[in-house]
Amino acid sequence: MSPARSRFVQIHGTDDNNSKNGRNCKLFLLVLYLLNGEKFKHQEDPCSKKPLGPESLLLRGARLKNTKEIFGVAVYTGMETKMALNYKSKSQKRSAVEKSMNTFLIIYLIILIAEAIISTILKYTWQAEEKWDEPWYNQKTEHQRNSSKILRFISDFLAFLVLYNFIIPISLYVTVEMQKFLGSFFIGWDLDLYHEESDQKAQVNTSDLNEELGQVEYVFTDKTGTLTENEMQFRECSINGIKYQEINGRLVSEGPSPDSSEGNLSYLSSLPHLNNLSHFTTSSSFGSSPENETELIKKHDLFFKAVSLCHTVQISSVQTDGIGDGPWQSNLAPSQLEYYASSPDEKALVEAAARIGVVFIGSSEETVEVKTLGKLERYKLLHVLEFDSDRRRMSVIVQAPSGEKFLFAKGAESSILPKCIGGEIEKTRIHVDEFALKGLRTLCMAYRQLTSKEYEEIDRRLFEARTALQQREEKLAHVFQFIEKDLILLGATAVEDRLQDKVRETIEALRMAGIKVWVLTGDKHETAVSVSLSCGHFHRTMNILELTNQKSDSDCAEQLRQLARRIKEDHVIQHGLVVDGTSLSLALREHEKLFMDVCRNCSAVLCCRMAPLQKAKVIRLIKVSPEKPITLAVGDGANDVSMIQEAHVGIGIMGKEGRQAARNSDYAIARFKFLSKLLFVHGHFYYIRIATLVQYFFYKNVCFITPQFLYQFYCLFSQQTLYDSVYLTLYNICFTSLPILTYSLLEQHIDPHVLQNKPTLYRDISKNRQLSIKTFLYWTILGFSHAFIFFFGSYFLMEKDISLLGNGQMFGNWTFGTLVFTVMVITVTVKMALETHFWTWVNHLVTWGSIIFYFVFSLFYGGILWPFLSSQNMYFVFIQLLSSGSAWFAIILMVVTCLFLDIVKKVFDRLLHPTNTEKAQLAETNSSIKCLDSMCCFSEGETVCASVGRMLERVIGRCSPTHVSRLWSASDPFCSNDRSILTLSTMESSTC
Amino acid sequence: MTTRAARRCAPTEDPRAEEAPLRPHGRACANVTSGSGLRPSLCRHRADDQGASASFLSLYRGPFPSPSILLPFPLPWSLVLLSPSSLPPSRGPSPPLLPVRGRRRKGVPPLPPLRRRRRRRRLRVPCQGQLAGSLGRPPARHGAAPRGSMAMNYNAKDEVDGGPPGAPGGAAKNRRPDNTAFKQQRLPAWQPILTAGTVLPTFFIIGLIFIPIGIGIFVTSNNIREIEIDYTGIDPSSPCNKCLSPNVTPCVCIINFTLEQSFEGNVFMYYGLSNFYQNHRRYVKSRDDSQLNGDSSALLNPSKECEPYRRNEDKPIAPCGAIANSMFNDTLELFLVGNASYPTLIPLKKKGIAWWTDKNVKFRNPPGGEPLAERFKGTTKPVNWVNPVYMLDPDSDNNGFINEDFIVWMRTAALPTFRKLYRLIERKSDLHPTLPAGQYYLNITYNYPVHSFDGRKRMILSTISWMGGKNPFLGIAYIAVGSISFLLGVVLLVINHKYRNSSNTADITI
Repeated sequence: MSPARSRFVQIHGTDDNNSKNGRNCKLFLLVLYLLNGEKFKHQEDPCSKKPLGPESLLLRGARLKNTKEIFGVAVYTGMETKMALNYKSKSQKRSAVEKSMNTFLIIYLIILIAEAIISTILKYTWQAEEKWDEPWYNQKTEHQRNSSKILRFISDFLAFLVLYNFIIPISLYVTVEMQKFLGSFFIGWDLDLYHEESDQKAQVNTSDLNEELGQVEYVFTDKTGTLTENEMQFRECSINGIKYQEINGRLVSEGPSPDSSEGNLSYLSSLPHLNNLSHFTTSSSFGSSPENETELIKKHDLFFKAVSLCHTVQISSVQTDGIGDGPWQSNLAPSQLEYYASSPDEKALVEAAARIGVVFIGSSEETVEVKTLGKLERYKLLHVLEFDSDRRRMSVIVQAPSGEKFLFAKGAESSILPKCIGGEIEKTRIHVDEFALKGLRTLCMAYRQLTSKEYEEIDRRLFEARTALQQREEKLAHVFQFIEKDLILLGATAVEDRLQDKVRETIEALRMAGIKVWVLTGDKHETAVSVSLSCGHFHRTMNILELTNQKSDSDCAEQLRQLARRIKEDHVIQHGLVVDGTSLSLALREHEKLFMDVCRNCSAVLCCRMAPLQKAKVIRLIKVSPEKPITLAVGDGANDVSMIQEAHVGIGIMGKEGRQAARNSDYAIARFKFLSKLLFVHGHFYYIRIATLVQYFFYKNVCFITPQFLYQFYCLFSQQTLYDSVYLTLYNICFTSLPILTYSLLEQHIDPHVLQNKPTLYRDISKNRQLSIKTFLYWTILGFSHAFIFFFGSYFLMEKDISLLGNGQMFGNWTFGTLVFTVMVITVTVKMALETHFWTWVNHLVTWGSIIFYFVFSLFYGGILWPFLSSQNMYFVFIQLLSSGSAWFAIILMVVTCLFLDIVKKVFDRLLHPTNTEKAQLAETNSSIKCLDSMCCFSEGETVCASVGRMLERVIGRCSPTHVSRLWSASDPFCSNDRSILTLSTMESSTC
Repeated sequence: MTTRAARRCAPTEDPRAEEAPLRPHGRACANVTSGSGLRPSLCRHRADDQGASASFLSLYRGPFPSPSILLPFPLPWSLVLLSPSSLPPSRGPSPPLLPVRGRRRKGVPPLPPLRRRRRRRRLRVPCQGQLAGSLGRPPARHGAAPRGSMAMNYNAKDEVDGGPPGAPGGAAKNRRPDNTAFKQQRLPAWQPILTAGTVLPTFFIIGLIFIPIGIGIFVTSNNIREIEIDYTGIDPSSPCNKCLSPNVTPCVCIINFTLEQSFEGNVFMYYGLSNFYQNHRRYVKSRDDSQLNGDSSALLNPSKECEPYRRNEDKPIAPCGAIANSMFNDTLELFLVGNASYPTLIPLKKKGIAWWTDKNVKFRNPPGGEPLAERFKGTTKPVNWVNPVYMLDPDSDNNGFINEDFIVWMRTAALPTFRKLYRLIERKSDLHPTLPAGQYYLNITYNYPVHSFDGRKRMILSTISWMGGKNPFLGIAYIAVGSISFLLGVVLLVINHKYRNSSNTADITI
């Protein structure tokens, strides 16, 4: 970059303004001035001032297109960037499982401390007598004797804490994190969540909330782009009070003469030249006087000009050569012209205008090029009054080639119509309502011709407002208000937004699963209701209550009370509630409780005309209601971000409205229908997996440490450990970690297809049922009883220290501990096996592998005098234990007894109070896969022998699991099931 | 080469592939990561970037950060472990850890780089003729539209790296998850369900197996002869009562007893102590295994754990520690008062009472060829001992640290009431019982004080079976568990029968 060509940028300090907090974002922006290099010396020249607004700011991560270079200055860096600022604001979401996990942890902490305190107290009551405290054979050292009593007491307490600390499973957190992280991959890998057309697979942005997907009670969904495709199709328009429909790229009047289908309005735009007038005559239902027609033609022309000028659509820089000269064919879609717009409505409109014949070709900095019937017109773009959600409209001021200055405005009918002073206002209003009833999205177009005097005034005021240093927004709003007035209505457009497929089924399934579905939309009332009806959110049979257009607080309260009465009176049929934004804010301000009562009794709620923040507010309201339900928000656009972040689980739809929603969501999916699999299958699985994981972890640590506690009663509370320190360390790390991790990744207690087809099964896990206090108590008691069985079983076996060996030799304390430990490892592992309903070869490997590993490790560990260990307590202990027949019998007995309790409980539960899930399990049992088969690759009809052979093959690593088929996978239509096509062999690929 | 590929896959390839270059993808990220399995998380930003609308400067794209997944541990390891199947076959020289796909059956030779790229491309375009066929525009497949060389580069890079494509519909469909059994969570699996039907037989089987085992064990245990004689002398009438006072040394007392039944086979003589906490933490620790293993440096400098029995009179104690110091030192002798006029001494065998590994591996005397006393030079005897460790037994094979009485004592008992094997009485012949029924007396040299901690001393004579000493617990437990299991099986059978009828109707209503 040569210095001559460089531009200079100077930032005026903030000190000359009265901005005390100069780091304020807006203030900082306002004091930026861009100066041309040439004008650098006249920097005080006010002419060099140029307004800088948010539109001049490049955000971090932006990429340059259509230009080689730009010059800029870094304004915010590092933590000041919007990215970083937004990052902070995102609050941590915790799942219900995690919360109950923490509760359990506290309970266990209390148990731990209680055990330590009991032990300490008992120790000191015991030690009151010297014969126990310090018998002749076991004297204390001088140092121990002289230490102060309080110090000893504290150190004893701490020693017990250390001894029992395993009851708080530290490894639980590691395992849970690992499970969540690894488990979340399955969502992304799921072919059922993969959207073929858009090449999108489900995306997991957080792994913390997997299980929360199984707990959802309320679903809040956006409408546009979420329930609908957000693929806007221009359908109808109303121009100057006449309704037209677009059929095959032609505008057909819906007027009283429908047979005038030959009237092709695509030629309309040529009419200003008045040479094609004859082609037009038939299309109009109005009188054929030339004045009328000319007027009409002008309106049409203006209407489409407005459509193709008043927008912020960008065009991709593809060669436009393809759009040849010659007669313009309306059915020749501008396939090479790709429009990009932040709003799909605009895109649809511009495309429609192009089909009609007014083609938007491109915009440079100050001009907009429009091709009308192949004739290029260059409009000078003077000002763009950007869209904002308060005004709900946008406008542009352009200078036509003829020099006239026009203001074109486009916006919601509620924001345009009041500003209009001319045009067919009433007719258009009726048409707009008709459009809305059909579920179409409407926009109104209006224009205003500006005299040069008016324009100068506008230009000046705009400039002032834009360069204002303070209250720029208010000033701008004021100016906009001043500009957008005295409009002349041109017409209205209606754009259809197709429903996504299977939306109705999904909503129905959600309702069957006991989930309440709320639709929150910014659309107008009629559109929202009609879409709601068409997507099955509202039934025809539903009694639809309305809380709309409430003006005052008291009215709103009265209306609410009335609704509540109506619900009470008529509780047989289902109710649906429609609320609009203004009424909602009134209802939320004063009558939250009343409103909540009404809402809870309605099976479907539809909120229309919602501002983004209101959406979030509604969710917060539900979230903090007394039942504390788990909420899920689905949305696709930037306006849904706040609600996505507010809800317990935020789902982003990777739609056409950019990526904000998908990025700020916890999970992003391509289509609304995927929600059912995400919740009913993945959510259910994850919940079951993690719930069992948590319970099991507490259980196995209770099993682990309670014998240690009991042993203190037999060793004078001297903190003697029952197990060797190596076993203490490895218990959670090696011996018992893998089966539960595998379980928590692979478990499918019921066939996924059943889960998806029977949404009612989702109710079985609602309200965090698997982690309720009742189940928690069951597991804890189970843990304690197992621990008692291990300990006292071994105790009675060795009670009087009777020899258990055939040669009369004796065991010691380490053998006793090892016996308890062995029984424990086996029991705890087999208990996990009992919980497993889905035995893949991995489960077999880790379950039996864990037990085998324990034995192998113990044999190895006890078989060597370890040179670096100071004590050789475990030398040959395990081997001696195994050489005792009694020990074997005792181990078998204790394991069987422990599991017996659990099996009996399980069987009786299933027999007496089967849950729906259990019934479904029975109904859908796939008995075709036997235990042995599951250990290896499997294909139907193979004998066990063959599968053992396969197993061997697998061990060698040659067996291919792609041959594996389970029911549906056999009928997989894609050749991709067999990737041999991907090898280079021609023969194979030709078979596909 | 390209045309060949195109022809072969013509009906299957997605025509949108050729639009890919229209949207350069910006920075590639996958080339930084070695395993393509990393993509889901590391490349998320990038995928987002590309998905944003291609407006001039992407102004409307909110720069929100993508919430990142919590990584509790280093990534590559776990991911490679889990998603080996996503590794392109041409890249990974290592076989997938989980053999989820059959492509390794054919040994694919390493490919030159060019072919590699082509293969990669085809990999990502699964054959889906029916889906893409209608859209296919076979001619001018590659490089039809003029495009910038930069875009070309980006595209090529993506091809090689397998990074995610651009905006929806932009590039080849390479984001499609693999259809493998593992990733689709449909590994073949056995799905057992614990129902009454499946559990019932188990209950009966357990019952039927456990009860006979229990009876067998119980009978075995009952056949074991055992006699226990308390010789503490608490009872004033006891001959050993005199020995309770520490003044009488040495104190010898004699206890008479009668064997009602003869003891056959090998008889084991135990001594038993109660209320003796050998499992106290301070006590258990108080030993030095390396000293006992004959380590010369540990011999002279015992471990700190031995305190306060570590040094005496500035000499290291051998063997150090509380365990060794409190070694049992009563002497028990057994006499048969037979028909003969004088009682016969029953020969007691001292060897074979300790674990073989303890005697031969774990416990070793200090090395050296000189006499044992020399080898222990520089050490002193434990405070409570009468003789030093090298004078425990005249037999040099049972002296010093490898004295079996000592080794037995050093194996600390699990519970405060315990037995330790003292002597063996070997069977003389098959014809005569080892200890015939009759009058016996026990000659006790009473040294070991237990009175101070309310302890008891016992002498036990016991025969032994294959499963150890007399212990009725195991047999009873087996019988109990077996019967309960059987009973529950019956109960379950009844309930199951009742409920089956009612639940059948209930199922229909669902």
